[in-house]
Amino acid sequence: MKCELVIVGAGPAGMAAAVSAYDAGIRDILLLERGEREGGILLQCIHNGFGLHRFGEELTGPEYAARYADMVRERGIRVLTGTTVISVSRDRRVTAVSRTEGYMTIECGAVILAMGCRERPRGALNIPGFRPSGVYTAGTAQKLVNIMGIMPGREVVILGSGDIGLIMARRMTLEGARVRAVCELLPYSGGLARNIEQCLNDFQIPLKLSHTVTGIHGRGRLSGVTISEVDKSRRPIPGTEEYIPCDTLLLSCGLLPENELTKGAGITLDRVTGGAVVDGGRQCDAPGIFACGNVLHVHDLVDYVSEEAALAGESAAEFIKSTRKKAEKSAGKAIGGRTTGEIANDAKADEIPPDVDIKITTDGRVRYTVPQRLRRAEDVRLYFRVSDVFRGATVLATLSDGRVIAKKKALHLAPGEMETLLLKGKDLAGVSSGEIKITLEAEE
Amino acid sequence: MNTRELTCIVCPRGCRINVRLGDSGAPEEITGYSCPRGLEYAKTECTHPTRIVTSTVRTSGGGVVPVKTSAPVPKEDITAVMTAIKSVTAPLPVHIGDVLIKNVCGTGADILATDSRE
Repeated sequence: MKCELVIVGAGPAGMAAAVSAYDAGIRDILLLERGEREGGILLQCIHNGFGLHRFGEELTGPEYAARYADMVRERGIRVLTGTTVISVSRDRRVTAVSRTEGYMTIECGAVILAMGCRERPRGALNIPGFRPSGVYTAGTAQKLVNIMGIMPGREVVILGSGDIGLIMARRMTLEGARVRAVCELLPYSGGLARNIEQCLNDFQIPLKLSHTVTGIHGRGRLSGVTISEVDKSRRPIPGTEEYIPCDTLLLSCGLLPENELTKGAGITLDRVTGGAVVDGGRQCDAPGIFACGNVLHVHDLVDYVSEEAALAGESAAEFIKSTRKKAEKSAGKAIGGRTTGEIANDAKADEIPPDVDIKITTDGRVRYTVPQRLRRAEDVRLYFRVSDVFRGATVLATLSDGRVIAKKKALHLAPGEMETLLLKGKDLAGVSSGEIKITLEAEE
Repeated sequence: MNTRELTCIVCPRGCRINVRLGDSGAPEEITGYSCPRGLEYAKTECTHPTRIVTSTVRTSGGGVVPVKTSAPVPKEDITAVMTAIKSVTAPLPVHIGDVLIKNVCGTGADILATDSRE
């Protein structure tokens, strides 16, 4: 089977990428979705606060997903649900299994990776103690409550102050559970300030910063947890232990981009983001393979996921059109006595020649940027996160020759909030290679 | 004279808003907001705080469908609104935007389905 554009995952990223590629002129698009319907994680995020940027109004997760599902449907874009992609190769061959179609191999003009992310599970946290039931990731609890209508427990402790943990603290409280505490290992919350306000403060749920769970108790069902305060190097301080009886422990300790397929394709990953290394158009280091959304780096807002996915969709469309042109050219030449092998080679030599090849590096205080490389001398918005809470900070973009091409001042920067920095294409004139260093200067 | 420090919940920026309250408890000076919605939030939050409530309603098929209040409801009514939400069963099919409870607890807000179930 052949297809011009295959998109892996029909969550917010996959749907937005499909819509933008269609609007850029691509018609042969196939969206592959593992779940029973399109929408991804939005379907279980029933709280409001989505879409302020994208639609100028406040929507719930399922409503936001429905907007995009409608756009996909109106365009007649094909969606295959219940379909799991099991491999993607560097030469854009996608292998998938589906309940209705069986095993299939698709040769693709371009591939967009939009698989999203997963939660860090208990096994990756090394919490000492027993292994009773009642320990869930916050997202699993969210699915149980919001999709299946099942309450996982009544007395709850939450470890980690990521947004899903905060949202679930409120949700469990509204459903009649008692949330005893939210413990955060770091001295600041990883969630948005507004979620601390409306999910914890509204319900008088204590947020214990610099605290972690140091013991899980119970045989069969969870009976309680021990929490401890931690020092600056995040080690538990002896003597600060507190036992909290509970039947449920929810974990909200970070999200990990789900890149098994990306790794399988031999695509280079960024060690900090856990996602692919991409250029401004979100193309990976395999020509014609793009990545967007939470599989690339974890976003705070779905609105930004849609924005990034639209960009990836446009880039994929451009790539497909350029490949088409080359194929037409070689077909023309073929009349002049070329072999079919030569034609095939031409069509495969499909990389759009870059104008520049610039690497973007960071100083550690800026943990990462997306994109990590530039191949076009055009305006590009860099997305980045910082390593700590900084006040009165200035973020600078400096060329190898010492020229500062972008500067951003901020009163308050925190790891939980993704920031942006605009680089102007005109400032890159005359720079064809080398690097742009992104650094942070702060008052404290 | 009293002051209150608020975290705005209108958008993900989470602006820190400072409010100086007069003797009557009414806000007299509001600083730190960065949009008209933020100013509105600060005024409301100091006089009669409200929230959008989201939850799920049982369906006749045995599952649940997500819902929201069509407008923010007074904070003190949230418990009553949740009780009302739990007391109803929505007959299938449910379509996104369907009104499942009209004027919930006299708040003037309706309970709307935010997804569809066949």
